[in-house]
Amino acid sequence: MSSAAKRPRMAYDGVVMAAPITVPYQRFSSEPAHGWAGAALRALARETGLGPRDLDGFSFSSFSASPDSAVGLVQHLGLMPRWLDHVPTGGASGVMALRRAARAVQCGDAAIVACVAADTNQIDSFRHTLATFSRFSQDAVYPYGFGGPNATFALITQAYMHEHGVTRADFGRICVTQRANAGSNPLALQRSPLDLDTYLAARPIADPVHLFDCVMPCAGAEAFVVTTPEIAAARGWPAARIMATIERHNAYPDDPVQRRGGWAMDADELWAMAGIGPADIDCLQAYDDYPVIVAMQLADLGFCPPDAIARFLRDTHFGIDGTLPLNTNGGQLSAGQAGAAGGYQNLTEGLRQILHCPLGAQVPGARRAAISGFGLVNYDRGVCTAAAVLEAL
Amino acid sequence: MTTPRHRLPPPAPRDPLARPQLHPVPPGARSRAMQAMAARATQGRFVLQACTVCDTATYPPRDACPRCWGTLAWHDQPTGGRVLANTVIRVSTDPYFRDRLPWHMGSIQLDAGPVVLAHLARGLEPGARVAMRLMLDRGGNAALFALPSDAAQVPHPEQGATSMSADPQGRTFVVPVAGATVLVSDARQPVGGALVGALAAAGARLVVAGLPGPAPVRDAHDPVLGLPGVQPLPLDVTDPVSVAETVSRIGGPLDIVINTARHVRAGGVSRDGNLLAQHRALEVSAMGLARLAQATAPILAGRPNGAFLDVLSVTALAGDAGHAGFAAAEAARLSLLQSFRHEMRSTGVRVLEVFTGPTDDADYQALPPPKVAPARLAAAVLDALAQGREQTCVGEVAREAMRRWLDDPALFVRETQP
Amino acid sequence: MTPLLTDLVAQLATGAIRVVDLANTLSSDFPVIVLPSEFGQCEPFRMETVSRYDADGPAWYWNRITMNEHTGTHFDAPAHWITGRDVPHGTVDAVAPRDFIHPAVVIDISAEAAENADFVVTRAFLEDWEARHGAIPKRHWILLRSDWSRRVGTLAYLNLQDDGAHSPGPDADAMRFLVHARDCVGLGVETVGTDAGQASHFAEPLPAHSILHGNGRFGLQCLTNLDQLPTFGSVIVAAPLKIKGGSGSPLRVIALMQEA
Repeated sequence: MSSAAKRPRMAYDGVVMAAPITVPYQRFSSEPAHGWAGAALRALARETGLGPRDLDGFSFSSFSASPDSAVGLVQHLGLMPRWLDHVPTGGASGVMALRRAARAVQCGDAAIVACVAADTNQIDSFRHTLATFSRFSQDAVYPYGFGGPNATFALITQAYMHEHGVTRADFGRICVTQRANAGSNPLALQRSPLDLDTYLAARPIADPVHLFDCVMPCAGAEAFVVTTPEIAAARGWPAARIMATIERHNAYPDDPVQRRGGWAMDADELWAMAGIGPADIDCLQAYDDYPVIVAMQLADLGFCPPDAIARFLRDTHFGIDGTLPLNTNGGQLSAGQAGAAGGYQNLTEGLRQILHCPLGAQVPGARRAAISGFGLVNYDRGVCTAAAVLEAL
Repeated sequence: MTTPRHRLPPPAPRDPLARPQLHPVPPGARSRAMQAMAARATQGRFVLQACTVCDTATYPPRDACPRCWGTLAWHDQPTGGRVLANTVIRVSTDPYFRDRLPWHMGSIQLDAGPVVLAHLARGLEPGARVAMRLMLDRGGNAALFALPSDAAQVPHPEQGATSMSADPQGRTFVVPVAGATVLVSDARQPVGGALVGALAAAGARLVVAGLPGPAPVRDAHDPVLGLPGVQPLPLDVTDPVSVAETVSRIGGPLDIVINTARHVRAGGVSRDGNLLAQHRALEVSAMGLARLAQATAPILAGRPNGAFLDVLSVTALAGDAGHAGFAAAEAARLSLLQSFRHEMRSTGVRVLEVFTGPTDDADYQALPPPKVAPARLAAAVLDALAQGREQTCVGEVAREAMRRWLDDPALFVRETQP
Repeated sequence: MTPLLTDLVAQLATGAIRVVDLANTLSSDFPVIVLPSEFGQCEPFRMETVSRYDADGPAWYWNRITMNEHTGTHFDAPAHWITGRDVPHGTVDAVAPRDFIHPAVVIDISAEAAENADFVVTRAFLEDWEARHGAIPKRHWILLRSDWSRRVGTLAYLNLQDDGAHSPGPDADAMRFLVHARDCVGLGVETVGTDAGQASHFAEPLPAHSILHGNGRFGLQCLTNLDQLPTFGSVIVAAPLKIKGGSGSPLRVIALMQEA
């Protein structure tokens, strides 16, 4: 545990986020990541009227833009920012890009920051992405059957089920409900209804992970803008403020198998800063690469008592009209996982819900959204965790 | 030589009309630290890095201690562990594993401290005690393999080896002899002769006993050469025609080549150096290996468990004033062997080396003990195959030489050239 | 051309004079003489391709060959043996071209050799042979037909037993008779050596080598097709390679014989 003296976190006054952009996903694309980033900025321009020279801050996340980083994208896309960021935290990149951009805007380092995540998915590029994902993966994970994240999360899922008495059917309720949520999202790659029996009868991928526990890798891009309330108002952009955010890396390294994330370490501070509790949230957009991670976020972020996750999964209705609307666009499990954009879509969907411009059905009267990110399985577990609480202005 | 306890049925004959199966190797890219782990795995050691300051063992291999940022060094570690979680991978995008699904793996809490992901022997469930082995996979990279501890902790070392070859996944890390066709390049010398008998007893389908000339009349009724499953063929590794003809006359595809050929003659460099003898030593040790490798590598590469095992003198490491030409030839042989191994990485053909000191035969009659009995060397070769161990040192002389060479090569060279 | 050579060429063309190949094929598996292991050994024939219409030579084919001077069908010059070390013109490059062509007499010991691999040709045997066939003429090659060439490709050719090789050859008296009494050009045999396999154990060891070469005579080994030659009347052409200071040489040996 850190011995650095802890000061209270400064509030995110004077910052808003706006203009949630989702470029419709494709299962496979021959377009490079740069093209998807360009598509995201085109959509952003349509939405906001911003052009390349109007942005003075740029944050970029991608797994497939190699050999380019955010720097390459700047020149590629004709930007001239005075603030630049590259956020390589995958499934946590949306919240983390937001946090960094918010501080830049708050401190005057930038006035309008475009945050973009874009990834392509060429035939076989998923395998190549995996093979070069991280040094520990290359050395110590992929040589063991090359099951990709499926195998890693199979181990985590098995241990979690054993520890908490969670059954496949409990996880199935998450997947089945998210599929129902995707039904109203025209951009979701998988919208056909899924019932629990079909979920349970699916073929095993890496026991106990079965087909419908896995996301579908795809190409796509997401974006949003971080700016000042004044600029948003002047341009007429609906916007939301940031009530609180947290981030943590490599939490609980001594847990032999991952059984919780960094959220558990920082959730109290998140809610204290936001000044509200989980019960005050209108929708939760949690990172859902596998249902076990959704369960961890529910417990770690305080939506349910730590030891009652199995019952919570059975008793809670996660539908758009439910008691805790969860992943209202269908989440990655139904909408698809577009690389780093998968770490953005929870943020853009949460923002849309509270700005009342959803892709699909609206959570009635939603004003506050909790967003949770989880990224980078560097070795045997996800390393990066983040969360944000947003409120419509 | 006793019959192994676990003998798998010989492989079914291949459908002659089926397209030959490609043999991809497991994903190969590794960090330098992981390569260092593999370098120790070649010797059959079970090692992890430990911090030189706080002593904490760490995995995966790192370049600094995650606890105190101290530097790390490799140390032998206790092999015990406990299964934390396991899975059966049924879908993989990697060509090597796709051919071998379903694949059992899991996470292990090592007694040494770290949690590792490992290949699991069949039947291991969470909570099970395991004995870890640090193997080399078919691409030559280090791989952790968990065996049930009761199977691996019996005192006889070969029992554990048998467990590896008895497990379907374990088999991919070793070189199964049972059911294999094996070529012994020089079965005329005692070492090769002992090896032919040992291979036949270990259940090889066919042992081709290479017989360099001159051929005495007694070849016709040699008891070992007359064993069932043993096919004597003239083979002189100094002759490319002979190598090609012998390989062409082997019935069925060749799985394993064991190169025992050598030409040991005493002599120095300037003093008592017989250049013809030295030339012949080079022709046998170095060029002979190259000829055998050229003729057999394409065949071995087409086999699911192809392997090339070379028996060579530990004098290859630093020379030998008393057998200067032979030691030089063996050094050249070792060099070629290392290049050959590198070449074969992408084919999955395992290239193994067995170092020996002086053998207890006519070649070293002038030397006092300790010497390696041919039967012992043969047993060590079989063990190297059963363990898939890339480097084996047989006998006190070779083991001690390797230890000293690894410890301080410059000092070792001084001390071995009095 | 002189009438003599014109006549020879004409008779060769009609086949009236037949050319018989007395050489075995040089190949890597052709056995070479085996000496006790404390001595240097005879290198067998080796051939490695330099190019064969391939990247190393798109339009041409050639090989690198290595062997001992005494590999395959070969010629022994006097300098091969210590007894002949001081013989004038004793090395292959110095052998007079006149000696490349000599008549031959064929002595058939095939029945005796078949009966006894260690058959020794004695002076008595030769005198008996002369009694039956007539005197051995002077300045002839003496060719011992043992039919040993028929064993090529089998273990019985070297016939290497635990106590060494077993093959026929002359004793010292026979050699002295052939060299001094009959002034032979040399001795030609089908086995790997002019001496018998066990000749190192004779009272006078290795007499063929010792007496032939000590007296400036030659040896031919590993011959074949001797069974096709007449007892008298054939002419041997045996021209060794011109190796500077060489003790012997692989070569093609041919016999000319008049068809009956």
